[in-house]
Amino acid sequence: MKAIRNFFEKTKPLVQKGAKYQWLHAVHDGFFTLFFVQKNTSKSGTHIHDFIDLKRTMGIVVLALIPALLFGMYNTGFQHYQAIGELESTGFFSVFFYGFLKVLPIIIVSYVVGLGIEFAFAQMRGHEINEGFLVSGILIPLVMPVNTPLWMIALATAFAVIFGKEVFGGTGMNVWNPALLARAFLFFAYPAQMSGDSVWVALGSSDKVVDGFSGATPMALAAAGHPEINVMDAFLGFIPGSIGETSALAILIGAVILIVTGIGSWKIMASTVAGGLFMGLLLNIFAVNPYMEMPFWHHLIIGGFAFGAVFMATDPVSAAQTNTGKWIYGFLIGVVAILIRVLNPAYPEGMMLAILLMNTFAPLIDYYVVEANIKRRLKRAKIAA
Amino acid sequence: MSEREALFSKKNLKLLSDPLNSSNPITVQVLGICSALAVTAQMKPAIVMALSVTAVVALANVIISLLRNTIPNRIRIIVQLVVIAALVILVDQVLKAYVYDVSKQLSVFVGLIITNCILMGRLEAFALGNKPWQSFLDGIGNGAGYGAILIIVGFFRELLGSGSIYGFRVIPESWYITHGGFYANNGMMILPPMALITIGIIIWVQRSRNRKLIEN
Repeated sequence: MKAIRNFFEKTKPLVQKGAKYQWLHAVHDGFFTLFFVQKNTSKSGTHIHDFIDLKRTMGIVVLALIPALLFGMYNTGFQHYQAIGELESTGFFSVFFYGFLKVLPIIIVSYVVGLGIEFAFAQMRGHEINEGFLVSGILIPLVMPVNTPLWMIALATAFAVIFGKEVFGGTGMNVWNPALLARAFLFFAYPAQMSGDSVWVALGSSDKVVDGFSGATPMALAAAGHPEINVMDAFLGFIPGSIGETSALAILIGAVILIVTGIGSWKIMASTVAGGLFMGLLLNIFAVNPYMEMPFWHHLIIGGFAFGAVFMATDPVSAAQTNTGKWIYGFLIGVVAILIRVLNPAYPEGMMLAILLMNTFAPLIDYYVVEANIKRRLKRAKIAA
Repeated sequence: MSEREALFSKKNLKLLSDPLNSSNPITVQVLGICSALAVTAQMKPAIVMALSVTAVVALANVIISLLRNTIPNRIRIIVQLVVIAALVILVDQVLKAYVYDVSKQLSVFVGLIITNCILMGRLEAFALGNKPWQSFLDGIGNGAGYGAILIIVGFFRELLGSGSIYGFRVIPESWYITHGGFYANNGMMILPPMALITIGIIIWVQRSRNRKLIEN
């Protein structure tokens, strides 16, 4: 630790204003705060700060994503070997390693492109580099199908960072969740690579699949009128889907980390699940087709519902800020997600669109919650007077 | 009037060049956006639309400028509309006669030139108070400013969305995933949201080059 501190102390004069490497100032600062907390105190306003700054908040979210990521890697290998019928003859580590090699390039591309653009904008505007992309960079790979070409990942990341974040003023100013924006961009721009039956399972061109293999996700099967799922497989995550979304168990571990540390809002998670269950129940009551008859709680373990509820809806920037607002916001995400999922045949999964839609309305919800509060208190004041 | 102004005096040339940059109808005044989003998925309709609007706005400007001292102030809007509508019908007939397929593609948007804000804007703001020649130049300039943006947007949308320019394929078939390559057309470029973002990028580029346009 001492050596690291010495290194930063020594290089600091070199990046001061007017010094030789002044343009590296933001980079220096960025890496310094990765190891240490700045000693500076604020000149006005609040003087006492929690040491949990943006960087550490983001770190915990990344930590919470690790179970989903590791399982996603294993599942990528699992789906591959299952498809070619060699699952029994392949060891655990080769299965995991196959998935690891498939997922790693996607993560690298997402981080290199996203951080590159963030660094460039920070330097250009003379801002400090901040950590806004740390979480988005890992969320983007987790919401993509494993077969997405790398250049598409790069393009979507660039689009999301520039048009989702930088044009609004950078980290903390984005209206929509950047990772979902990246996915939505690909979903509408390259539908053939983002949906259908052939994108979810990694297969080489020479691989021979076993008889009866389809590659379709439970969502696609359900939309086609076959909503029977193996509950245990769906809960543990041994189903085809986007890299990080399949295992409800791994996501649950992440949710526990987020709730215990207070980083993610349990109100949003709970209300999203409540909204989903409510809509599922409602559809069960008025069911006219097999999908609507599917037991309502199955919705929680297939598709991206759990992942969206835990990691996407709770994004503190794009979610509602007020406590009442969080309940409304989460509940409507759940309702709209299931509504799109079951009733709109054009979109097999509704979570992405539901969250982006409610992101748009979050400020409006907050506005009315605050207004209602003011009105209520004014009334009370009048009675007292 | 003591001095006759030269036909292409500096002041008159400014009428032509300003709408191309610092008072562009689309990127600065933000007028005529709907048609700019609707007809720019390919270059050919974009160019035809640009020419049609230029013709209509220039001729309407001249006609209104000639009539400007005889139009009663209280009914001037309806007079302007009659002039524009007549010209648009003429343009529509010409398009149907000579470029029928493009006319089909543009469909209702030729008729909707009548409601294009650029036209009413120029008539109200310029033709009602200026002489015919200046009004004509102003019309040509604004039509060109509108058309230039349409053609730029159409160029990028057709290139990235369909892989061709003015109907000619520029991205080889063998690059496509369906033919064993790696490339795919960006389907979102064909949709209007991406046209809006493309116009946004043009506005961004223009304002970073011409910093006077940045609002505080």
